[in-house]
Amino acid sequence: MNETLLSIRDLCVDYITDQGPVRAVDGVSLDIRGGEFVGIAGESGCGKSTMAQALIRILPPPAVISRGEALFEGCNLFSIGEGELRELRWKRISMVFQSAMDALNPVISVREQITDTLLAHDAANASETREGAVKLLEMVGIPGDRIDSFAHQLSGGMRQRVCIALAMALEPSLVILDEPTTALDVIVEYAILEEIRQLQRRRGFSVLFITHNLARMLQFSDRVAIFYAAKLVEAGPSAELRRAAKHPYTQGLLRSFPSVHGGIGELSSIPGSPPSLRTPPTGCRFHPRCSLAVDICRELSPELVMYGRDHSAACHLAK
Amino acid sequence: MKESTLKWESGLSVWLNAMRRDRKAAAGTVIISFFVLLALLGPLLVGDPKAPVGMPLQPPSAGHWLGTTGQGQDVFAQLVAGARTSLAIGFGVGLVVVAIGGLIGIAAGYFGGRADGLLSLLFNIFLVIPGLPLAIVIAAYLPTGPLTLGLVLVVTGWAWNARVIRAQTLAQRRRDFVAAAIVSGESSFRIVACEILPTMTSLLVAQVIGSTVYAIGAQVGLEFLGLGDVSAVTWGTNLYWAQNDAALLTGAWWTFAPTGISLALIGFGLILLNSGFDEITNPRLQMEHAWRTHLRSRGHEPTRSTPVVIER
Repeated sequence: MNETLLSIRDLCVDYITDQGPVRAVDGVSLDIRGGEFVGIAGESGCGKSTMAQALIRILPPPAVISRGEALFEGCNLFSIGEGELRELRWKRISMVFQSAMDALNPVISVREQITDTLLAHDAANASETREGAVKLLEMVGIPGDRIDSFAHQLSGGMRQRVCIALAMALEPSLVILDEPTTALDVIVEYAILEEIRQLQRRRGFSVLFITHNLARMLQFSDRVAIFYAAKLVEAGPSAELRRAAKHPYTQGLLRSFPSVHGGIGELSSIPGSPPSLRTPPTGCRFHPRCSLAVDICRELSPELVMYGRDHSAACHLAK
Repeated sequence: MKESTLKWESGLSVWLNAMRRDRKAAAGTVIISFFVLLALLGPLLVGDPKAPVGMPLQPPSAGHWLGTTGQGQDVFAQLVAGARTSLAIGFGVGLVVVAIGGLIGIAAGYFGGRADGLLSLLFNIFLVIPGLPLAIVIAAYLPTGPLTLGLVLVVTGWAWNARVIRAQTLAQRRRDFVAAAIVSGESSFRIVACEILPTMTSLLVAQVIGSTVYAIGAQVGLEFLGLGDVSAVTWGTNLYWAQNDAALLTGAWWTFAPTGISLALIGFGLILLNSGFDEITNPRLQMEHAWRTHLRSRGHEPTRSTPVVIER
């Protein structure tokens, strides 16, 4: 793999409330290399979307980034000013949002939307831009003659594709996909992810893919990070995670969906529900739901430890 | 009975909380409470505002705190007596205007179709009629008095509110929570009153406050022009008489300055109150307040991008 594109170190994000700050992302460190497809999975509210939005600093109040740094192509995303951020957003890091239905402007056509994006960041001339817009649409599998459509004339899947085309328009080096397919059916979801994967291979950008669908993520990602209750609990190459997950939470997740190729094993779910981040459990945050928990899990929070070249997990019992 | 006192107490504590967080709301509350108390209790403390009590046009002194008018009446007594009428008309018109406008606006927006067409036609007609000139014409024909003035201001003032509320209702009624309410079998009345109306609380409050400021100003303006009952004691007639007695020519500033300053303060106080109401009715603003305080206490200003406040 290539050199590191984005290096997140010890990131903490707090939501400030009347009852004091709530830590939604707690000491997360993660690297994304050039041309890599990295997946982040975890339950609702575990901090995965919060982290992604913190990276390009678009988290609305009452969020505050309270610790850490994020080095992207040599500059710290957390120390640059408003102007530099504006330069960087979309041109070098772009994002596909969860609800693409609402991300498109309802009163301007797809063509205008794409050319606006191109013209706003590049001094490309108008005719070149017009051709570029059609090419972008065709790239994500929408016929070029739909370019004059408005958002309400497109299906949900097509709208999501337009958003993906927009995210690719300026050829950024990192595209963040924040649950881009949650509202779509599995067939369309698969087709769209497959398209992104192919584009990514061809053009060599990196992808940060956030989802709660672990099966999908393992299928498409080079490397996977698992979040639980604001913390990173395990990270490693997809194949290795699927084969030899170290953390009981990851193991639980893997047992919760059937494998198409493997034998018919027993499916199981993880008992209990995710903890409140206002009053997280002592020690390992997963211990109340963990069947293997021993005394140390209740007292000491486990550090992230490397197992092998690229595989790390935060569990006292991992070997 | 018990429940209603409980509600009242929690409402009071919410307001006290807002005042504690927001100095603007606190200042507004103090100003408005002062004038409301003055209007309610003041007339018990001062004598008859129309009685001649001394030489005309005396400057402020220990005997007459704000001096005397051209008729030798006590300016302070007139200010206090005038507050009662002017504030009563102001708040009364403000509430009635928004009630009428709100009712018609919501009905037009929610029911749509022919009802909307008719009601919209009605308030559009009222909108194109220029308000103040019509108010002058009506006020000149009806028997003079504060009640007539109030009526005139209601007739010329409700349409704008109806227009705004209709637009807001249209926007809300297409949202999913209204569709969910319809599906769950709620009656039209309940949907309007319990689902749609609460989303407009801050808008309604802002309209009441805006209409009140307008009503007080317009009422004083009409009376100043002599279109009210000049024998009544209100802030408008105070200014009318000050002008009549050539206050500016004789340099008798105390005959108009107290009323003018009171008017300005009332408007100012009402606008300040508005920001407090905004915060109470919008839970998100309350959250942002904690966020801003957190940032400022660490020497940062709120920014558009997510702020970075590294803790050591």
